[in-house]
Amino acid sequence: MSNEASPPISTPTTIAPRLAWRVRMAAYGPPALLVIGLLLFWEAVVWYWAIPVWLLPPPSRIVATLLDSLPTLTGHTLSTLTVTIPGFALALVVGFSLGVALDASPLLRRAIYPLLVTSQTVPIVAIAPLLVVGFGFGLFPKVLVVALVTFFPIVVNTIDGLQSADRDQRRLLEAMGASYWQLLRLLRLRAALPAIFTGIKVAITYSVIGAVLAEWIGASAGLGVYIARSLRAFRTDQVFVAALVTSLLTIALFTLVSLLERWIVFWKGER
Amino acid sequence: MATLELRSISKTFSTATGSVPVLDRLNMRIANGEFVAVIGPSGSGKTTLFNIIAGLELPDTGAVLIDEVEVTGQRGQVAYMPQRDALLPWLSVIENAVLATVVQGGDVSAARREARALLADFGLEGWGDVRPALLSGGMRQRAAFLRTVLWHRPIMLLDEPFGALDALTRAQLQQWLLGLWDRLDRTVVLVTHDIDEAIILADRIYVLTARPARIALEVPVELPRPRSYTLVTDPAFARLKRQLQQVLVDGSGQS
Repeated sequence: MSNEASPPISTPTTIAPRLAWRVRMAAYGPPALLVIGLLLFWEAVVWYWAIPVWLLPPPSRIVATLLDSLPTLTGHTLSTLTVTIPGFALALVVGFSLGVALDASPLLRRAIYPLLVTSQTVPIVAIAPLLVVGFGFGLFPKVLVVALVTFFPIVVNTIDGLQSADRDQRRLLEAMGASYWQLLRLLRLRAALPAIFTGIKVAITYSVIGAVLAEWIGASAGLGVYIARSLRAFRTDQVFVAALVTSLLTIALFTLVSLLERWIVFWKGER
Repeated sequence: MATLELRSISKTFSTATGSVPVLDRLNMRIANGEFVAVIGPSGSGKTTLFNIIAGLELPDTGAVLIDEVEVTGQRGQVAYMPQRDALLPWLSVIENAVLATVVQGGDVSAARREARALLADFGLEGWGDVRPALLSGGMRQRAAFLRTVLWHRPIMLLDEPFGALDALTRAQLQQWLLGLWDRLDRTVVLVTHDIDEAIILADRIYVLTARPARIALEVPVELPRPRSYTLVTDPAFARLKRQLQQVLVDGSGQS
């Protein structure tokens, strides 16, 4: 039937391993070198000016402390995760639902959106102690703190994402007679996924810090508690270790989300 | 198959700077199984006209009738192919093709079988389970056309379906559509700004004026079918083309 020669389209093949290695070096090489350089400089500065360890511990000392306190740290880290994960899950469910609801109703959006923005301007360090006073020292107020610091980017990006569906695709489905729910299910939620993942990635970077902050204010275990105790004991090296673990935990969660994104938003960047 | 009739369609858009009349009492009648092209200067309200026929917009006055039944503002009555292919990037070619059946709650697995059977005719054999990103521009357009055919409506609206393609691919697709056309058995309204395309494909051509659009000219294309692209060297083709060009350029309707 078709007398048009299909243009040759090569199916994606695996890139040659050597090339892949070079691409990876180009991506990760410069930041890795920079970090190593900065660590060496830090070590040299501490050594040269003989800075006391309670003021600024050298990287070598921080690594030693990390290895020493690994068992304690694991317990605190797990404790922090039991706050982070439910808090973030709550933010995801509430943020996504709220985003869909605010998209559906302009009246609701006008009423609630300013409140949402205002909620983000109130410093969380002021709210967190009140939550602890209100809900006690259990898990719930800490979960709530994490949810409070993470739901906003999810709401905003869900609303933006739902608006971002291609106009032609939308009109096509409307011409087919699609209902509001069909439009949402077949097109708009899919089209919103890249934006929603952007929101999730922003939110996940706040989530561990939020949990640490909540633990700081009132808890018996967790990285926040560990930092508070270490500060009182002038164990600056332990503070650095806790900071390092917090940051590694955040990077791990961020990477997990990025992998999920690549799996779920498989069509993005296919062209 | 079905006839499509437009009765005295007018549409005015209000903007911040005032009202812009777009369509001015348009009357058209497209017979059963006819292929009609609508050409007009850009911004002449061709897309608005299509939106009204597709039920996406309501006219200020006038009515859209299919087989003498008024369907003004009703969606899903005609199959519609937008300017850009509008394929959903997360669905395979087959799943894109059966979208109308999914939306309208029909028998999706039957539609899938039908889509698969038509892949070869649409030059998409072996590409059914591939996502649109891997297709060339011409293949994407054919996939979008397959989706329009599988909408199962006797009337198809094609809104500049080849407008975004390069000249060679466009010519190939027009040739392909000519070959497919005889077997499709549908009433077609094609909007285009390409005079050659209108003459090669259509049985009859409406030329619209600039805003607000009225019908400047209505001409039958009396060239024998089956047609092919070699038609462009035919004297009758050249005569008709000159006539259409004249009307489009002065836009007065005095030809």
